[in-house]
Amino acid sequence: MILGRVTGSVVATAKHYKLEGCKLLLVQPIGPQGDARGVPMLAVDGVDAGEGDRVLVVQEGKCASMVSGRADSPLDAAIVAVVDAVELE
Amino acid sequence: MLLAKVVGTVVATVKDPGLLGQKLLVIQPLTPSGEPNGSRLVALDAVGVGVSERVFYVRGKEASFSFLPDHVPADAGIVGKVDSIDEGRS
Repeated sequence: MILGRVTGSVVATAKHYKLEGCKLLLVQPIGPQGDARGVPMLAVDGVDAGEGDRVLVVQEGKCASMVSGRADSPLDAAIVAVVDAVELE
Repeated sequence: MLLAKVVGTVVATVKDPGLLGQKLLVIQPLTPSGEPNGSRLVALDAVGVGVSERVFYVRGKEASFSFLPDHVPADAGIVGKVDSIDEGRS
């Protein structure tokens, strides 16, 4: 999984039927200290994350399908947790 | 999933039987603010989109999930057309 920050959301009426009802959030991958790392992605929201939240994103289809609740959904990223704290040595 | 814009189409008469009847589109990955981000690629269209439309696509074997139970050899597939992107102030 990777850390990310929710930066917005995407509305898409025309989409694959297995994505219906899924909330699609824009997530900027970040490092443990919050520095932006890489390109913003879309992820299905499984935990009612809000804008500005620090979150944990799983980047794999089978897991994303578990979050969306529909097996074999054409998804490759899902938010699985809202992060309260990150502690490093 | 990643954001992209459809910039072209690909026609291929000789191809894997699993690709028969599939629409092949050239897409340019984008950042949310619309700048190009990375090189263009060819993706299958699972939604019915056209050139110049903003879309989002899925990568890897999950791209073939759009076409189940048919087994389509694809590692990039368009799964949604973007109506709007709402980026807050944060």
